[in-house]
Amino acid sequence: MSTDTTTPEPAKAPEQPKAPAKRPPMAAADWLPSVRTTLAAIALALVIGAVLIAFSNEAVIKSLPYFFSYPWDFFREAGSAVGNSYWALLTGSVGSGHAIGITLVRSAPLICAGLGVTLAFRAGLFNIGAQGQLLLGALAAGYVGFTWHLPPGIHLLVALLAGVAGGALWGAIAGVLKARTGAHEVITTIMLNYLASALLIYCLGKNAFQRPGSDNTQSPPVFDSATFPTVGNLHLGVIVAFLAAGLVWWLLNRSTLGFEMRAVGANPDASRTAGMNVPAVYTTAMVIAGGLAGLAATMGILGHHDSLSPTMAGTIGFDAITVALLGRATPLGTVLAGLLFGALSVGGVAMQASAASTPKELTQVLQALIVLFVAAPALVQGMLRMKDTDSNKTVMAKGWGG
Amino acid sequence: MSAAVVTEQDSPGEVDVVDVRDRADVRRQVKLVVVFAIVAALLLWFALDINDPTVKYITGERVTADDRGTELNGLNLVWGCLGISVIALLLAAVNRIPRGVLGTVISILVGIAFFVGFIVWSYADQTTLVIANPLPGTVKLATPLVFGALAGCLCERAGVINIAIEGQFLTGAFFASVFSSMFYSAEMGLVGGILAGVAIASLLAVFAMRYHVNQVVLGVVLIALATGLTSFLLSQIPDDPKIKGYLNEPLILAPMPDANMPILSPVAETLTKIPVLGPTLFNQTLLVYIMYVSVVFVTVLMFQTKWGLRVRSVGEHPKAADTVGIKVNRVRWQAVLLGGVFAGLGGAWFTVGSTGSFDQDASAGNGFIALAAVIMGRWHPVWASLSALFFGFMWTLQSQLAFLGKMPPELLRASPYLATIIAVAGFVGRVRPPAADGEPYTKS
Repeated sequence: MSTDTTTPEPAKAPEQPKAPAKRPPMAAADWLPSVRTTLAAIALALVIGAVLIAFSNEAVIKSLPYFFSYPWDFFREAGSAVGNSYWALLTGSVGSGHAIGITLVRSAPLICAGLGVTLAFRAGLFNIGAQGQLLLGALAAGYVGFTWHLPPGIHLLVALLAGVAGGALWGAIAGVLKARTGAHEVITTIMLNYLASALLIYCLGKNAFQRPGSDNTQSPPVFDSATFPTVGNLHLGVIVAFLAAGLVWWLLNRSTLGFEMRAVGANPDASRTAGMNVPAVYTTAMVIAGGLAGLAATMGILGHHDSLSPTMAGTIGFDAITVALLGRATPLGTVLAGLLFGALSVGGVAMQASAASTPKELTQVLQALIVLFVAAPALVQGMLRMKDTDSNKTVMAKGWGG
Repeated sequence: MSAAVVTEQDSPGEVDVVDVRDRADVRRQVKLVVVFAIVAALLLWFALDINDPTVKYITGERVTADDRGTELNGLNLVWGCLGISVIALLLAAVNRIPRGVLGTVISILVGIAFFVGFIVWSYADQTTLVIANPLPGTVKLATPLVFGALAGCLCERAGVINIAIEGQFLTGAFFASVFSSMFYSAEMGLVGGILAGVAIASLLAVFAMRYHVNQVVLGVVLIALATGLTSFLLSQIPDDPKIKGYLNEPLILAPMPDANMPILSPVAETLTKIPVLGPTLFNQTLLVYIMYVSVVFVTVLMFQTKWGLRVRSVGEHPKAADTVGIKVNRVRWQAVLLGGVFAGLGGAWFTVGSTGSFDQDASAGNGFIALAAVIMGRWHPVWASLSALFFGFMWTLQSQLAFLGKMPPELLRASPYLATIIAVAGFVGRVRPPAADGEPYTKS
């Protein structure tokens, strides 16, 4: 992490031509303020969350009418509600080996899909289509997983590649359209999301995808030979997700293609002048981004013997956008953000089951607030009266064109 | 037509006519010829595929017992449509399709011809089914999209990217439902929707302009926040019917003729009697009338008033605007908040405007479609509204055609989105957003 971790946009490539290879070792002071701001943002979001918890708790509300006679009741009830909820959130997500396992499994698809959004973002493309790419990936991986008969290991590998290819294909459509006709990727990826879900429902209606003896729109489960081997409640996919993160880091920061992507993302016109093939870069970026989303799909479908169903992807594709944004469009940041979001969503279930029975929807609010505060360091520093360290490095936003 | 004809008249006896056509012009011609040829071919196939050309149609939205439809020879209609597209094809082939408004009108005519032919083909050879007027449903379904598109245009013309339309829709829908239930009045629901839309808009404004948050990021985050907040608040409403009645059982806006509004209702009732267009335009709820007014209002405001000029100037070149004494961020605030009003009204459609009580994810991605309409309409309120209407039309059409069995329903369901991709890739292409869209401005 160097100075460019404070911006979701790539460092301005023209200013540091040799940057990737010879970056000076970073001083601790460089990234410390950024980490501090992020932690402060999380804390601030938790404070607002605490207020919401307190005022949604039944016992707290009951203590309100006599607040002025017995204010202590209110504070005690509020304290116990908030304490119970956050304790459940914490222990439910990282409190035990089992919990950590669930969190990691939940984080893996978020990380993969988030990496896809990150990569596209660095190339100046705003990929809203992770959801559609994910569905296509699931469709392909699932089909291979429950219809083909292959030896174990090879079957898994083929299904994995099919998933990646499915996502990449869906990403490629948006990329090619952008490169050849200039159609804005925000529109095309949104529409491709809907098309992917229509396609999935269409396929589930066909005999080849029907679970025998079931009337639900549900496919047969994936064969054992195509599922990730598991250790405890962890599966191999988690490691694949981290490997993917490493690969994306290498691609972005060490490879020529990555340099071209960042250059095009920073300034397409300058890159064109410098002789880069901008349309080709757009297409490649979307293909890889789609492939990563497809990989995210395999985490679900090949991770726990799943079957295809219209709702199987949930909102992973959309959460991936927030994950990438919280991670400031860097691979490491995306991994951390994915872990945080995974932990929050797992902990949310525990929170709902806790004595305070705080609705798990609260974690969605927390996620959004965290990203919002992280994106506005000036606000966090102003509210907490922190030393104004990097407010002048606040992200200068960019427009539609990237 | 824009092919430049250079004649050198000044050398007598020897006249060189150099016909210079740039590649864009050639590509445009090729594109038009290909598209018109496809349309003509499809129409020809429709015409040849029809066995029993009799179709029945009604001018109302729904088939009633006393109106079983008027019979019509659909085949003639298809031949007529084919004629139109063949003429357009010939014009395109000799490169005589003018640019600008007339060219667009020709393209739209061919589009309408295609749809008429398609509908007739779909309903031909079916004895019992009656073509119902798809236009009332079109206007109804397009209403939130038009509002969202207006909000998008206002914000983005002022230089603030608004991806958060979906979030504004969600909160608008939720608070419209709550207000309508609490005050026992559907009109108060609209007020609730507006307040919620403006609240999200002010978050957008404060973070975009004061804290310089990347506005694309901001939009996505606000959607996430709105989704989380509305589902959190919804989970707070107890199932106890006594309490729920006060919070999430809103009154729904009635179509104007039934709404018993003084003066307006009788007028609407009279206007509804106009054939075809009457039920389309006037048998609608108060929200739809507000939408008509809003489109005109925003267009006039943006292109005929001093304030509109300021809005456009801060979106194109804030520094120049600042130099002549325009308070850039103040104008942007005004535009974003006004946009919030419309987005909130659009949100209200999802509860008090159509179905009633709020459900999780009530706006179902419509905010994204409105965003697409903004870009398809090239940041112009009228074109954006027309794009929104196109969506409404496609949705209505697919729901009407879904049970005819001539087309697979899955393909029909996907058709609005497919059509958008084709329209954006084929016809809209590279769009140019307002130059300063998304760039925060600080006075230096």
